[in-house]
Amino acid sequence: MVQFFFKRFFHVFPAFIGVTLLTFSLIHLIPGDPVELRAGERGIDPARHAEIKAEMGLDKPLYVQYFRYIGNVFKGDLGKSYVTKKPIVEEFFTLFPATLELSFCAMIFAVLFGLPAGIIAGVKRGTAFDHTIMAASLTGYSMPIFWWGLLMIIFFSVFLGWTPVAGRLSAIMWIDMDTGFMIIDSLRSDEPGAFRSALSHLILPAIVLGTIPLAVIARMTRSSMLEVLKEDYVRTAKAKGLSGRRVILVHALRNAMIPVITVIGLQTGTLLAGAILTETIFAWPGVGKWILESIGRRDYPAIQGGILIIATLIIFVNLGVDVLYGIINPRIRYNS
Amino acid sequence: MKWHKLVSVAGIAVLFCMLAVSAQAKTKTLVFCSEGSPEGFTPALYTSGTTFDASSRQLFDKLAMFERGTTKIVPGLATSWEISPDGMVYTFHLRKGVKFHTTPYFKPTREFNADDVIFSFWRQHDKNHPYNKVSGGSYEYYAGMSMPTLIKSIEKKDDYTVVFTLTKPNSPFIANMAMDFASIHSAEYANKMLVAKTPDEFDQKPIGTGPFVFVSYQKDSTIRYQAFDQYWAGRAKIDKLVFSITPDASVRYQKLKAGEAHLMPYPNPADLAAMKTDANINLMEMEGLNVGYLAFNTKKEPFSNVKVRQALSMAINKKAILEAVFQGSGKVAKNPIPPTIWSYNDAVKDYEYSVDAAKKLLSEAGFANGFETDIWAMPVQRPYNPNAKRMAEMIQEDWKKIGVNAKIISYEWGEYLKRSMAAEHQTLLLGWTGDNGDPDNFLAVLLGCDAVGNANRSQWCYKPFDDLIKKAVLVSDQKERTKLYEQAQVVFKEQAPWVTIAHSVVFKPMSKKVVDFKIDPFGGHVFYGVDLKE
Repeated sequence: MVQFFFKRFFHVFPAFIGVTLLTFSLIHLIPGDPVELRAGERGIDPARHAEIKAEMGLDKPLYVQYFRYIGNVFKGDLGKSYVTKKPIVEEFFTLFPATLELSFCAMIFAVLFGLPAGIIAGVKRGTAFDHTIMAASLTGYSMPIFWWGLLMIIFFSVFLGWTPVAGRLSAIMWIDMDTGFMIIDSLRSDEPGAFRSALSHLILPAIVLGTIPLAVIARMTRSSMLEVLKEDYVRTAKAKGLSGRRVILVHALRNAMIPVITVIGLQTGTLLAGAILTETIFAWPGVGKWILESIGRRDYPAIQGGILIIATLIIFVNLGVDVLYGIINPRIRYNS
Repeated sequence: MKWHKLVSVAGIAVLFCMLAVSAQAKTKTLVFCSEGSPEGFTPALYTSGTTFDASSRQLFDKLAMFERGTTKIVPGLATSWEISPDGMVYTFHLRKGVKFHTTPYFKPTREFNADDVIFSFWRQHDKNHPYNKVSGGSYEYYAGMSMPTLIKSIEKKDDYTVVFTLTKPNSPFIANMAMDFASIHSAEYANKMLVAKTPDEFDQKPIGTGPFVFVSYQKDSTIRYQAFDQYWAGRAKIDKLVFSITPDASVRYQKLKAGEAHLMPYPNPADLAAMKTDANINLMEMEGLNVGYLAFNTKKEPFSNVKVRQALSMAINKKAILEAVFQGSGKVAKNPIPPTIWSYNDAVKDYEYSVDAAKKLLSEAGFANGFETDIWAMPVQRPYNPNAKRMAEMIQEDWKKIGVNAKIISYEWGEYLKRSMAAEHQTLLLGWTGDNGDPDNFLAVLLGCDAVGNANRSQWCYKPFDDLIKKAVLVSDQKERTKLYEQAQVVFKEQAPWVTIAHSVVFKPMSKKVVDFKIDPFGGHVFYGVDLKE
């Protein structure tokens, strides 16, 4: 198992270098000049323009900039934002708890509803329930997030008044942010009603962000269950007279879980990086929105650093998934 | 007995809750649904209105200030000022008894004085100042307003008198002193941070003399302020001010509708009709201090020919553009400065829309068969041009009628600005929002000879015009300046380096609970003086 873990771990390095190279090249390929953007309509004197570019290190050839950047990365320095002049690591980890909190809740929502829906649809193949689940998941998967989010806000927040429109906490509540996780900080605060407010602010964004993963998980679980239910060992288990529940939950589900876990792993990565739209609609102060705004401002250190940290996290989530395979299915471990 | 105890404890708890609720009800908290995050809290380091809203407009004061809702200059931290007869020396008499904010991170031991003024300007001016390089040390506004070359020295005559000596006379100088970059900081706080070896914190945890005290900032989420009890002009009417950062305009509107916010900036033009009919929303409007224009590159043929420029100006149906692009939220522009700025020359006659007259003039210029050109359309939305692509299409159609075939070109915004500075365009759409309400801030910055290769996108350097605006800067008397600027506008119209298209109307939707909010002509949001109805 240890050997298996280390083998997987060494695959991480090429991926890591690839990410830095790709991000660096892509952001320098897109047109735009951070200095011009800052000056706006006013324009900037060419001499001052050159001076600022030199201060930013943008006057050097691209390969020099890349090696300097990668050298600093290995020293743990991701640079400072051109806009706020704050270290990227500090900026990122100020916002990351918000993204993590939202992604975690969205994933819980997706797994909690997606897994049972997929199992039941698989077991009751061809029934009305199966068709409903598949149609609903297809709709959920195809729903444009922006539209879906606004629709939820208009219906639940404005029309029914059940949930707040956007943000993480009611604006009139003032609490200290110690951990960055609103649920924890609001629970620890003295502000009456803060915890409830934090929870109610999480509902809509978690549902909106969790919709696509839910649809994917439900569909994947269903098809995986269908495969497994045809296997000999399931028939054998049934023939041995085991209860239907035991056959499904113990014999079938465990084997059906491999692709489902892969999907959950991949979707977790997507959630961490892809909460951009949800964060923008719900004014959720997370890293997705931050990276998007940084692209608009051509804040190169923020884009590079932000993507690098997220990519590293995704790489490790997938490493975790690989290790989890080995635990669930020993054949994967031994074959590799 | 146990039950009795339990009941009394519950009773006391309920009583406390009721007291807490009533205390909360008495606190007036205004929630402003702002559009973005500030870059920091030292206005001199940045140029965006979002940052100024969060910093200079709530936390800081300047020597001179703009009267709320107008471009009129009134005394601020300086109670009065004198200008020497040669216009080179400005003596400011400072206000006494002005206190800096007391916060958990800084407790001032003295009141505001001349040292604070010198620190605030010298940090930006002197490259060897210990704070000059802190937080990136880039002072684009200070440089953009030519302060490094204009200010020769700043001297402290006594604790309450500061003397600015200039290198040449400059009439807009007082207006510049009211701008955001001229916010006054605490020199004592700066020294404390320097001694503690944390000068960066000076720019993140602000201390000012303004009407609100900074409480906290949660990045991309919320900024909190508290009314400053000892504010020299009297305490703010609201107790707490919250900026709830919401980048999407539709969501800002939903927050306003749901009662989660009291005021929002930059509504979607498409939502305006619904806002007007909403019983809970008060939609204020005001002409913006801006101009949207089409600039001809006068260095390139055929736009070096004034007749061509005039003909193309006549060929554009501005009214149709206003209806289609601004949807009622703009007014036709005939001058390069908006009507809200003093010296606006209403006597100037705009080129009347006439295809025949335009054809005739073009033929006189030697282009009877028209020519090929381009129109650059901005990729971004701005108050002075909400949809540049649509506007470009309409101009393209209009010009086609006189035989001028234009190709529409657009680039990414940074690239657009860079290439237009390099004068790669033939004609381009752009605009400007005023900084200080002075005509010089439009006429010299956008059309002066010194601005060629910079913000003068038409590359137009015309001596009779330039002489007028240069003379106007040297004169202190506003009546005399007005005459010069009025003449300059006549010259501008004759020469037609731009087609002035529109001045936009700014809309501010707010809850009907908001009392006495005034739209800032500079596009900012000032909450001092604003109240909330129960």
